[in-house]
Amino acid sequence: MISRKVAKRGFSLDYIMWLFMRLSALSLYALGLTGLTAALIMGARTQTDLNTLIRWTFFQNPSHVFSSDIINLDGFINPYWQIMEFTALFFGITHGINGLRSVVEDYMGSSWWRQIWRGFIFFLWLFILLVAVYVVLAS
Amino acid sequence: MALKRNVSFFTGLKYKGGGPMWAWILHRTSGLTMVLFVGLHISAGFLTQQFGSDVGIWINTIYENWIFQLALFFLVIFHAINGLRITILDLVPALLEYQREAIWLEWLVFIPIYGLVLFVVLKSTLGA
Repeated sequence: MISRKVAKRGFSLDYIMWLFMRLSALSLYALGLTGLTAALIMGARTQTDLNTLIRWTFFQNPSHVFSSDIINLDGFINPYWQIMEFTALFFGITHGINGLRSVVEDYMGSSWWRQIWRGFIFFLWLFILLVAVYVVLAS
Repeated sequence: MALKRNVSFFTGLKYKGGGPMWAWILHRTSGLTMVLFVGLHISAGFLTQQFGSDVGIWINTIYENWIFQLALFFLVIFHAINGLRITILDLVPALLEYQREAIWLEWLVFIPIYGLVLFVVLKSTLGA
């Protein structure tokens, strides 16, 4: 039986991503709590349902108005919340895609499938990130 | 090569990993499901915004279904709390001695938060 090769100790991609997973998770906590507090202050307490509350917690995007009950949105339409969106998107997407990567790495052997999966996951990450950034800027 | 354990699926189910094992399984499955949901949601937003596509609206209608919401909130809240447990146990390895108790504590934190979600979602569903 041959065990899976584990990266050497020290500074490697796996170490960086290990650290990144912890830090991004903590920042997502911070971003989510900030968005939740802001949404509650800006009227989500009385005017809205849970869907809208979650929309405004993680993604304070004016295009979410489409299905939002919050009447006065002025407080959410400014560059500060755009930066918050960018940060949440980057951390969220990278965290998720890296999770996908670590699951795939666990089950892939060292055949050529591994390289194909790695390439696929990288381009998936890039694609979702670009689409998300576009959604932020275009709305 | 990946590990070949030659263990069948049903023999694998008999493995007595207990709480931490189930937390690991749930963490992985919930993580993968969320990648799928968030990816689909971003794509749906993009399609709706750019092309006014019905596909985007159709996907988002599923997301607003109350059964879907209860499942999604379960996965998200569990993943968040379990991730916090993993982070804390990684930072303070001495606590690993109490990893089984940590699982109980985790569910203890989970239940009131999910209970609140359950209350709000069911109230708006049944009340409407």
